[in-house]
Amino acid sequence: MPKKYMIHTRAVPHRFKAITRFGVIAWEEGCLKCPVCVKKECVYKVYEHRSLDTRQMMDSLDNECMNCLRCVQGCPKQLIHKGINPEFKALGDAHWTPDILARLWRQAETGKIPVSGGGYPGPFSGTGFDGMWTDMSEIVRPTRDGIHGREYISTAVDLGRTPRNLAFDEKGALLEELPPLTDIPLPILLRVPSFGSFGEEVIKGWAMAAARLGTFLALPLDRTRGKGAKFFSHLMPILPVQGEMPSKRIKAARLVESPPEDKVMDRAGKAFPSALLSIHLPMVKGVEEQALRVAGSGAPIIHLEASYDGTAVDDPTRAMKDVIRSVHRALVEGGVRDEVTLLAGGGIAMAEHVAKALICGADAVVIDFPILIALECRMCRRCIRGLSCPVEIEKARPAWVAARVFNLLGAWHNQLLELMGAMGIRDARRLRGETGRAMFFEELDEATFVSMGKVKDGYELV
Amino acid sequence: MNWSRNTLPEVVAAPSRFRNPIAKYRLHRSKECTACGRCVEICPYQVHEIKRGRVLPTNAHRCVGMDCPAPCYRECPVNALTLKRNPTFDTLGDFRWPPDLLASTWHMAETGTVPAGGLEYRIGLSGGGFDKLRLQLPLKGMESQDHDIDMGVELNRRQDQAHRIKIGVPFYGGGMSYGSVSITTMLSRIKAAAALNTFCCTGEGGYPDELKPYDEHVITQVATGLFGVREETIKRVKIVEFKYAQGAKPGLGGHLLGDKVTPGVARMREAVVGRPLFSPFPFHSVYSVEDHKKHVDWIKAVNPQALVSVKVSTPTDVDMVAVGSYYAGAHIIHLDGSYGGTGAAPDIAKKNIAMPIEYAVPKVHRFLQQEGVRDKITVIASGGIRTPYDVAKIIALGADGVCTGTADLVALECIRCHNCESGRGCARGIATTDEELMGLIDLEWGTRRIVNMFLAWRGELLKILQRLGMKRIGDLVGRTDCLVHLDYMKKE
Repeated sequence: MPKKYMIHTRAVPHRFKAITRFGVIAWEEGCLKCPVCVKKECVYKVYEHRSLDTRQMMDSLDNECMNCLRCVQGCPKQLIHKGINPEFKALGDAHWTPDILARLWRQAETGKIPVSGGGYPGPFSGTGFDGMWTDMSEIVRPTRDGIHGREYISTAVDLGRTPRNLAFDEKGALLEELPPLTDIPLPILLRVPSFGSFGEEVIKGWAMAAARLGTFLALPLDRTRGKGAKFFSHLMPILPVQGEMPSKRIKAARLVESPPEDKVMDRAGKAFPSALLSIHLPMVKGVEEQALRVAGSGAPIIHLEASYDGTAVDDPTRAMKDVIRSVHRALVEGGVRDEVTLLAGGGIAMAEHVAKALICGADAVVIDFPILIALECRMCRRCIRGLSCPVEIEKARPAWVAARVFNLLGAWHNQLLELMGAMGIRDARRLRGETGRAMFFEELDEATFVSMGKVKDGYELV
Repeated sequence: MNWSRNTLPEVVAAPSRFRNPIAKYRLHRSKECTACGRCVEICPYQVHEIKRGRVLPTNAHRCVGMDCPAPCYRECPVNALTLKRNPTFDTLGDFRWPPDLLASTWHMAETGTVPAGGLEYRIGLSGGGFDKLRLQLPLKGMESQDHDIDMGVELNRRQDQAHRIKIGVPFYGGGMSYGSVSITTMLSRIKAAAALNTFCCTGEGGYPDELKPYDEHVITQVATGLFGVREETIKRVKIVEFKYAQGAKPGLGGHLLGDKVTPGVARMREAVVGRPLFSPFPFHSVYSVEDHKKHVDWIKAVNPQALVSVKVSTPTDVDMVAVGSYYAGAHIIHLDGSYGGTGAAPDIAKKNIAMPIEYAVPKVHRFLQQEGVRDKITVIASGGIRTPYDVAKIIALGADGVCTGTADLVALECIRCHNCESGRGCARGIATTDEELMGLIDLEWGTRRIVNMFLAWRGELLKILQRLGMKRIGDLVGRTDCLVHLDYMKKE
């Protein structure tokens, strides 16, 4: 077995104050400055840390408050009130929710997996990956000494084409040379996001993170020439449909991405002789046939991409989980699933999406915005309108960028181990297409409740 | 508090232990107020009080807002009062336990009755499962006036050598370990269980001596870490629970942070002070139903009269697990759904691993029926049971009874801030081993709060059964025709 893969995280502080949910503490007029709230009630010593003195208690946006309401409930004059921070509620959008952003920031800061008490607080189910639960096993364990023990769970996956069968000559030697294969220690590739306030320094940081993690950073070809170039063996240049190709051959590249255009694919082979070719297919209607065709043409990797909110590019009602399942099934039925590597990207926002995308049939995922959010991005989209970035991402140093992304992926890796451990699975390759080890809302809900629709006469619903 | 077996404890009011209870509404009083006392006089809920010539909304948490039959803010002769929603109220809770459910549970814990208005006390805002299910009851006015409805649940259906136990209410307390909650919280729950003639489980952290007087009402847990499990503790109790997995973190082990391993906890768990304790997953001696039977036999050898409960989570094959447990000799199969749990757990596990209890119970119930053994085993459901309506719904889906956890903590004024593990533990003194914070709860008060809440639950269940014209809570088991799921509703 190869050496155990570990991501050693360390705390990397934010550069700006994070926006928190329960930020607002408001004092009404009439405070007697009795310091009960400061001295007696605050268990977390928030008031002390911020050296708040009673004279300043007018209103305050506090990031350390843990919302235990002790001060609110203890104030002798009932003057303290709390509210949900409107700035927090306004963050992101329906897919990149304030909650997801806050968790990603925290993971990038601490490198630790989110843990909390008191059961699950969220909605019963939701669209896309939220309508899916993973299995567990009551008695099967993946390893003998725990999920972080010496006997480890492998999260490595292969990229490339595997032959359907091996053929040998009389002497037992292989008849054909095996196609090139590369492996990554965790089923996640990085990709430069489609928008954001970043320049060469940040890209260099991402490339450093990809190299330290042992994975790849996908980025448009014209951005590979900058400071990240020395990490070329961990870059995946994305070739444009039209435009210039590199003038000389780049042997260092191990992966290259191309649109499914014969001309570009041909030239990609020539310019990057040692690279595995990944064919980029947007998740649109008919992508199943396209994938079959690409697999049949001998391409080693197919990269399916959803829109940034995790739905099909041409149909916002179709979740990427369903597209992945459907492409996976088409490839299985076409008898070529094992010959091609399937990557899925777009809208992957949480660690659980990685495991779920694999269960739906992907070999690995490609993440883009999480590596920007790791840098404190608030998904405010001011950069798209040409306005300044509130957290000055463009000024971030490469080392800080790399460490934050490293932390985030460290936390995701551990969360993947948790899900796999619960399933009793110790190899990420075995997660692929294991839909029997998952539960889908649309199937379970209907099977359970469809018979409970009859409203009887003379009865009322309570 | 010593009640005989068949009498119910009385409600003793147990108001909030905080100076300012959290109210849903705020009654803003302008300077126009002349302290005429009209609002004090007309308010049916004693919200206002006159003190030294000034009127104050001392009991604002009792205000029912728009549901009020005699609204002070309309009756005020000088229009000094305005009704507003309290912004602090909206910072409470979450989708499963929205602020209304928290406040109505506090109301039940204080008064032993459901709120008169202004609060939704039956469902939460999770948008699925219990929150989309409705009970289908004959119209009001048709109900029986029967007060002798049998609320009891028989726990031993195997008719074997073990105790015949019938609990007085269709619920008992789920396992919360010594160390994860304070001894006061633990004792409050167990004393309440004794008062209601039911049980409460110790969780994995051992069996503190303080619990001895309540041995008759204790379930001791044997979990994967075997912390605090001794021959003597197994002999002391009537029910022993094997915990294979738990809903908060199905398929994962437990982890008690070093800070929480105080001298008391360490002694109980036979461990070293200040060192973190890992509960492994799973039982390292069980690979099959046969191995599992060996476990059950081991308990029966130590204490032949003990009932054996098997607590499992809800994987895809939960039905097979339940049948396996029956054949291994279990008396109770306890299904812990994936949305439950009180202790700290990875968020990814709480949200994603295993299925909600609303799916697992009907699946298990049906499978046990097909196997012909449904009447030989007691099915207990837990993991997200918040209200008496959830209890009725899960019983109608096929459970015999339920286990509670979070609801007990909410009765003790948990606001679900989810920070049980940070710093010194629960800032409100419920789930902590910090000496000072533990002192925030008085044992007598805690017991009363939980007793009151359960009496309110029992009262609501009684009303439901009266409306259905049923004589026993057991009559409701598996009666899915009493349920309607809003997403599949067809008017006939």
